[in-house]
Amino acid sequence: MTVLGLLIPVSIGLGLLGLVAFLWSLRHHQYDDIEGDQARILFNEKDSPEG
Amino acid sequence: MRDAGAGPILGGCCADGLTAAAVEARLASAERWARPVEGGGSGVDLMVPGIHCAGCLGRIEGGLGRAEGIVSARVNLSLRRVRVVFDPAVTSVAAILDRLAALGYEARPYDAAAMAGIDRDSVGRDLLARLAVSGFAAMNVMLLSVSVWSGAEAATRDLMHWISALIALPAVAFAGVPFFRSAAAALRARRLNMDVPISLAIVLASASSLYETAHHGEHAYFDAALGLTFFLLIGRYLDHRTRAVARSAAAELTALSARAATLISADGARETVAIENLAPGALVEVAPGERVPADGRIEAGTSDLDRSMVTGESTPEPAGPGALVHAGTLNLSGPLRVRVTAAGEATLLAEIARMIESAERGRTVYDRWADRAARVYSPGVHIVAASAFLGWLWATGDVHRSLTIAISLLIITCPCALGLAVPAVHAVAGGRLFRRGIFLKDSGALERLARADMVVFDKTGTLTEGRPALAAGPAAGDPAWPVAAALAAASRHPLACALAGAAAAAGVIPAAVVEIREVPGSGIEGLLDGRRVRLGRAAWVGAAAGEATAVWLQSAGAPPARFTFEDAPRADAAGTCAALRARGLGLALFSGDAAAPVGRVAGAVGISDARAGMTPAGKLRALEDLARQGHRVLMVGDGINDAPALAAADVSMSPVAASDVSRAAAALVFTGERLDPVVFALDTARMARARALENFALAALYNAVAIPVAMAGLVTPLIAALAMSGSSIVVTLNALRLRGAR
Repeated sequence: MTVLGLLIPVSIGLGLLGLVAFLWSLRHHQYDDIEGDQARILFNEKDSPEG
Repeated sequence: MRDAGAGPILGGCCADGLTAAAVEARLASAERWARPVEGGGSGVDLMVPGIHCAGCLGRIEGGLGRAEGIVSARVNLSLRRVRVVFDPAVTSVAAILDRLAALGYEARPYDAAAMAGIDRDSVGRDLLARLAVSGFAAMNVMLLSVSVWSGAEAATRDLMHWISALIALPAVAFAGVPFFRSAAAALRARRLNMDVPISLAIVLASASSLYETAHHGEHAYFDAALGLTFFLLIGRYLDHRTRAVARSAAAELTALSARAATLISADGARETVAIENLAPGALVEVAPGERVPADGRIEAGTSDLDRSMVTGESTPEPAGPGALVHAGTLNLSGPLRVRVTAAGEATLLAEIARMIESAERGRTVYDRWADRAARVYSPGVHIVAASAFLGWLWATGDVHRSLTIAISLLIITCPCALGLAVPAVHAVAGGRLFRRGIFLKDSGALERLARADMVVFDKTGTLTEGRPALAAGPAAGDPAWPVAAALAAASRHPLACALAGAAAAAGVIPAAVVEIREVPGSGIEGLLDGRRVRLGRAAWVGAAAGEATAVWLQSAGAPPARFTFEDAPRADAAGTCAALRARGLGLALFSGDAAAPVGRVAGAVGISDARAGMTPAGKLRALEDLARQGHRVLMVGDGINDAPALAAADVSMSPVAASDVSRAAAALVFTGERLDPVVFALDTARMARARALENFALAALYNAVAIPVAMAGLVTPLIAALAMSGSSIVVTLNALRLRGAR
């Protein structure tokens, strides 16, 4: 059962990583133009999100 | 979303016939939307309703990006907007608008600052962040619970519980804030709302789980508390989205209307000022094609005025120095200088605003279903939970067991399904309407629309197109036609536009008329083979005036030829009326226009209850009478004179080309040239009501089964949370069925 001591922190840590990534994307205007972003993948020009 | 600010006259008709002055005035006013941006240059935000796909996005960004003086152009495809940063020394807002027009997109600058609060949507983001945290925590705690179910014991189980507590308690404290806050506010006001039992369930489940954990107990219910919070937050977020979309639609409409006036100062200089800053005594210039900014008296210039937005009368009237004009009147043919006589409280608009206000106060407050259900439901939940606790305590004397059962009851009866029943349906219905170009300004309107049993239409601009069309003229091939076509093409008076359009459609080749000159208030004259020809009012060309709206052509050696006009009903007006009647709604027509044209339109669309010559106050009274007779009225209107009636009606719709006041007063705004959005909105509202009622029935059924089982003590808090989630999912799926409906 000692393996739990390793696995539980790892699994929670990975979950936290996802949560932090989501909160980061929320704060950095990643969801302001969902339709536009899915269209932009079709263009060749260099592109970076606004803001 | 097209053609929001411009009146029906500007829409498409004679756009190339704009006089130079009007074009200049329009372009000059475009520049004031530009604002300095960080890092140098100017920025402007444009609404471009025509953006639909990736192709549009590439065309606009590519086309603008290559233009000289433009630093960057960024399209937001979801919101159909473009943000352009440019070098003001090289280019201008007007040039950008022209460039977009050349690409095939109609663009309008808007006030980005006014929209910023709504676009940022801080409440929505806050809810989303809380949703993410509760989701994350719920998933992790569920995982930990799995090991407890599969038989973890003693120290391992305690470890799992403690880790769960470590994750759950901060997560509940953070994610539950919206419910705690709302419950606290309700309790302070000595009321109960849905959030009181919710908060109680969350807090009790967390606290008793902590107690269990500390005493090495077998069961902890952190997963139940978190699952509850997570699912409730989904409902809260959906509800917020519906309202935010509605609010943003309303704000977009206001941000679009460029409310500015051209002020002439004492030394003759021109200056653009906001309408709110006009004071009595100020002199303003009104270019042809613009609306009069404030009530006043004409000081110089003659022109024709279209008062249809103000009075509902469809025929343009000539006006000269000394005539009184109201704010909202459209100037048609010549530039005017108007001395402002009234501003603020004394204007017609202020009078209308007062009527709107009193009409809104008089209207019975409509209970939203969800709120009504909450008032009955939340005390019930408390009573049931408390009686279960006391009953089990009395029967068994086991405090711990009784409390667990009470918590299970609170969770299983949690109004999740009820809380989702209406918001989920409204979110889907709102999206469905939005895709058809109908903006829902408040979600209660959908419920009121579903109950409407009578539709009252305005005539000019609502049932009709609001612009005249040729009704009768000389026979085809008559020599009057080529001359009339040549003269009419030179003017942007609506009658001339209609005549020129009819001539072009009939394939008439305009005669070679030279030295064409427009005489504002009278007509157009020119020289044909050295002889004078005139097209205009009966008196001006020497003909006898008739009853119908008409212009006369006078050419040498022939009796005057008459062209009569009518404000034609919209193409689908008769079909829409028939469709509404087929759905069992009564129809009526209230118009400010004269009896003859009202009668003709009523006959054409098949409305028997048609009333002519109504004032704004008269419309308001008539609507109040209908309400007293027990009718639930849907009012459809566009003019300033309709605004009080729109506010007084049970629910109201307005076309997007309507006046600002009407758009503000109406609960729904629809775009496009057709009237069938009225039927579409009505059908959607009725379907939404059916789905919401089904959802209530499902939620009631679920409770009818779940409550007795939970009271019998057969449900643990975790099973309660799972059952509750299941019912929420069923309700949401039922709401989504609306999306696929034809």
